[in-house]
Amino acid sequence: MTTTEGVQTTARRRWLRLTNPFIYLVAIFVGGVTILPIVYVVVSGFRTTGQLAADPNALPDPWVTENYSAVLTSPEFWQQIQNSLVIAVITTLVVVGFGSLAAYALSRFVFRGREALYTFFTLGLLFPVGVAILPLYLLLRNLDLLDTAWAVALPQAAFGLPVTIVILRPFMRQVPAEIEDAAAIDGCSRFGFFWRFMLPLSKPALITVSILAFVGSWNAYLLPLLLLSDPTQYTLPLGTAVFQSQYSFDTARILAFTALSMVPALALFVLAERRIIGGLSGSVKG
Amino acid sequence: MPAPADLATGRRRRPGRPVANRPRRLRKRVELTLFLGPAFVLYSALVLVPMGMAAYYGFFNWTGLGPLDDFVGFDNYRRAFSDPVFRGSVQNNAIIVALSMLIQLPLALALALLLNRRMRGRTLLRTVLFAPYVLSEVITAVTWVLLLQPSGPVDHAMETLGLGRFVQLWLADPDVVLYTMFVVITWKYIGFGIILFLAGLVAIPDELKEAAAIDGASSWQTTRHIVLPLLGPTVRIWAFLSIIGALQLFDLIWIMTLGGPAGASSTMVTYLIDHGFKRNEFGYGSAVAMILFTLSFVVALLYQRFVLRRDTEGALTRMAG
Repeated sequence: MTTTEGVQTTARRRWLRLTNPFIYLVAIFVGGVTILPIVYVVVSGFRTTGQLAADPNALPDPWVTENYSAVLTSPEFWQQIQNSLVIAVITTLVVVGFGSLAAYALSRFVFRGREALYTFFTLGLLFPVGVAILPLYLLLRNLDLLDTAWAVALPQAAFGLPVTIVILRPFMRQVPAEIEDAAAIDGCSRFGFFWRFMLPLSKPALITVSILAFVGSWNAYLLPLLLLSDPTQYTLPLGTAVFQSQYSFDTARILAFTALSMVPALALFVLAERRIIGGLSGSVKG
Repeated sequence: MPAPADLATGRRRRPGRPVANRPRRLRKRVELTLFLGPAFVLYSALVLVPMGMAAYYGFFNWTGLGPLDDFVGFDNYRRAFSDPVFRGSVQNNAIIVALSMLIQLPLALALALLLNRRMRGRTLLRTVLFAPYVLSEVITAVTWVLLLQPSGPVDHAMETLGLGRFVQLWLADPDVVLYTMFVVITWKYIGFGIILFLAGLVAIPDELKEAAAIDGASSWQTTRHIVLPLLGPTVRIWAFLSIIGALQLFDLIWIMTLGGPAGASSTMVTYLIDHGFKRNEFGYGSAVAMILFTLSFVVALLYQRFVLRRDTEGALTRMAG
């Protein structure tokens, strides 16, 4: 073992030394192309539309903060953040709550038709929200829910159930049956077991599905676009798109707005990077 | 693994405590309803019922208001298949799928293979590559609209680099716009592919590569015959997600071009929204939705059947362990 490792490290060291410049060049190029548009938006937000028209690709001279302060002091921006937050939280709570209850029953109960029911839920992975959007709109209109957070959150939660159940069920299956037996002997009810043991034991998977649901909701555009027409109900993505079409004459202001609307998603990403990458690649890697 | 659920049946769960059969069965039924009911109701009401309604509305000529009484049979479907804009939309979706497989996949694979080694700044690079994936499609679209506007940042940069004669009307030229979209899609999603493949590469045991090297395999031979085949499952899942995503393409296009100019960047979903909502053709839009659904469903099933079959248990079921 030690010998192979030794051979390998020497080989790797030589390999590193030989190829480094080229690899780093590729890495810098790819990273640069990826990050440049984002940096451009953030930095150009400090210029005026006049500066931008004179030369779109220059550094701010002088740096102006009016664009950013105008967005940050506008009540619309904060309203949209709040709306997005409310919708994302409702979506996440509903999908994780309902999904974990169902996944628990589907993983630990024995009953006829269990696998059929599981398939019934997993089929939803193949149903794109676009297909159901017209009837959904009519349904929510009839329920008088249009222009409310529920109109967006509930369908999102419903369409998020399949992936939530698919991720949670195998996880809950791995919890040893002995724990459940012991809890039952101690007089713990089915729900008590679910609440006091199953949820804490499934925490990693619960965090993964929560992040998937939250980020999906936070970034969503199609449902808010069609179900929210009242500007006071706009979510951040919807508001960003509308802002872009309304202020098309004031490029600098759009840049600042776009830069600021990047902040929450990027902040969440930096805070939970490992979870997000682990969750996303884990959920597809197998 | 023994099925743990077997132990969860009542009799073995409470040894030595005789329980009458009927109350226990009733209790189990109540428990099942409480656990499964909420998800079942929500999923049925907001996913399955609307899908069924779309299938039904598709046979009517209807504006979404007033009585649903103008039954037209398969006319809506006939109309969709004979509309050149809709056929163009299907074709555009297909082109995006094809370009993803032919360009994005090899590019992401090559970059993942190149970057799969210990190097300075690897964590930073991973964060950078993943950043566009985390941003919403709306932010991506607005950003690129600004970058690509005529004599905007991109055009200007190209002129500075002496590439001025390649400048196009990126979003306004019908012959160019779809490829522009593909570049933007690639910018947003290639990091996801690279990270996925890197995760797959890390899982390949070094011993295999060493063994091949000891047997005299060149680095390319090791990659071709050991690494790539072992990466197969990851690649197949990536391709599946990419195909399904490309068939649902909407946000980016809607914000950047609304499917224009003259339908040149239209996709099935932008066509659906354009007719269903903007023109209030709920019946016709529903028929289009059913075509979209059938197409995605068939593609997904065929893919599961013929491509993912090899990867035991398939797509998402093995996760979270």
